[in-house]
Amino acid sequence: MLNYFVTRLFRAVLTILLVMTFAFVVLRLSGDPASILLGPDAPTDSIAAFRARWGLDDPLWKQYLAYLKSIAQLDFGVSMRDRSPAIDLVLERVPATLALTVPTLLIQLGVGIPAGVYAALHRESVADRGVIMLSIFGFTIPSFVMGLVLVLVFAVTLGWLPSGGQDSWQHAILPIATMSVGGIGILARFSRSAMIEVMGQPYIRTAMAKGLSWRDVVWKHALPNASVPIVTIVGFMVGSLIAGAVVVESIFSWPGIGRLLIVSVSNRDLAVVQCLLLVIASAMVIANLCVDFAYGLLDPRLRAKAAAH
Amino acid sequence: MTAQATNITAAPSLVRRLRIRVPLLVAFGLAWLGLMVFTAVFADLIRPYDVTQMDLSARLVGPLSPGHLLGTDELGRDVLSRLIQSIRVSLAIAFGATLLSAFFGTTLGFLAAQFRGVVEHLILVLADFQAALPFLILSLAVLAFFGSSMVLLVGLMGFYGWERYARISRGLAISAGAQGYASAVVQLGAKPSRVYLRHILPNVASTLIVSMTLTFPEIILMESGLSFLGLGVQPPESSLGNMVGFGREYLTRAPWIMLGPAFVIMMTTLSISLVGDWLRDKLDPTIR
Repeated sequence: MLNYFVTRLFRAVLTILLVMTFAFVVLRLSGDPASILLGPDAPTDSIAAFRARWGLDDPLWKQYLAYLKSIAQLDFGVSMRDRSPAIDLVLERVPATLALTVPTLLIQLGVGIPAGVYAALHRESVADRGVIMLSIFGFTIPSFVMGLVLVLVFAVTLGWLPSGGQDSWQHAILPIATMSVGGIGILARFSRSAMIEVMGQPYIRTAMAKGLSWRDVVWKHALPNASVPIVTIVGFMVGSLIAGAVVVESIFSWPGIGRLLIVSVSNRDLAVVQCLLLVIASAMVIANLCVDFAYGLLDPRLRAKAAAH
Repeated sequence: MTAQATNITAAPSLVRRLRIRVPLLVAFGLAWLGLMVFTAVFADLIRPYDVTQMDLSARLVGPLSPGHLLGTDELGRDVLSRLIQSIRVSLAIAFGATLLSAFFGTTLGFLAAQFRGVVEHLILVLADFQAALPFLILSLAVLAFFGSSMVLLVGLMGFYGWERYARISRGLAISAGAQGYASAVVQLGAKPSRVYLRHILPNVASTLIVSMTLTFPEIILMESGLSFLGLGVQPPESSLGNMVGFGREYLTRAPWIMLGPAFVIMMTTLSISLVGDWLRDKLDPTIR
């Protein structure tokens, strides 16, 4: 068991290191931040001063080592725009993004899984077909189309809800609705097929044959077994939540890390982009670690296997 | 399209058989995809106006008006013509990127199966890396810093989903090695390249084609998402995503600019999903 977790942890650290290296290489090799920020007509001596100030004249490996060292001290550099620490800029945006992504994830889980399980237990019924159709529509509609259609209907035509900004809880409704749809579709479809597969297993037949109530069969025998593949897909969905936040925050002018990413990417604010990439990658890696640990808790076979080693 | 047409004239019984074999929704999906491919190939011929042709006297004309079936945009450009061109651009990008990613992923998968050990671990670490960053974020960083060009965009999209092919082809190649037919050819003195290309690839092709039907709509969505954010296809070239992106500014006054391409994106991804599901049931040996 311990071995399993240590291997996972090691790979997680390795992945974060890779992301750091990637961010560094891509962002440094792609262009000269000095001429971008100061403009092409800037005098050469101010460009030279700028380059010296940000260490841009050192060889790349030196810049890289300095970069790793500063990250180890949680110093992600300073935003080239307004000179405030990049980490502060990123962290002050995190709550706004969490205010969208956490309710979204809860809604996706709370609607998607029950819908999928219900459809699986009532196969070929009208409800089942409805769930399949809706879930296919849910994940074929791109989030930016969904968002704009919702704005068109609820903000422009009906005037019930605000179309952008972050002043009250009503402002969060449309963004959360937009982000939830796709994930609900994926989860419903996935839990439906996981549940169908489990319901076809011999141990379910045994449970029914020995006279267990339908509810006990579903809750004690089917659901725990179907939960393993469902947890896997939830781990993947964290990534699409963050990517979804980028699009949705840009549609609804929501001041979260997604909008910060787009703004800093177009300003070529290297420190902020690097910091964002690392924060997002760490969030993803931690989410995947949680999924791996959840397997350990959910799947007794894994525990037994680890104990045998 | 042409194959269907000849079927109708040659053998009516075949049509009836097809109708039984192919569910209605799948037939609809196939028809829509046929229409899209036709539009993409013959875009220059069926486009009523030039894509950049402006008519400032007819700005923001509504749909179904004479001469402009889908209306015009803020510069008086015909929305239908731009839509047709966008279908061509988006499909071309998605098609190129899907092939690229299938090629790249399958090659890496075969390499992992052939060499195992360090190579395999390296490829797994790369797949981990890809999984650790949402692809949209990765592409945003790369595109914004290198500037957006068509070649870079296709190349970048070509990295989408390679790990899926790599995983599948590695697994299938390893099990093919265990099945005996591959090792039999090796015993006969075939080089690894011959074993993989002539013997293993044909046996795993159907599974790979099925995963292409999964990747293709995702790439369309990814490209249109990037273009919507203004970092994908750049004007004056237009794609489905950037039409929606620019149409967004006229959401209240001229929603038709945005609704047309949005509808096409949805219908296309929906059709590919329907056809792909059906193909998976028919072709994929792993779920039989």
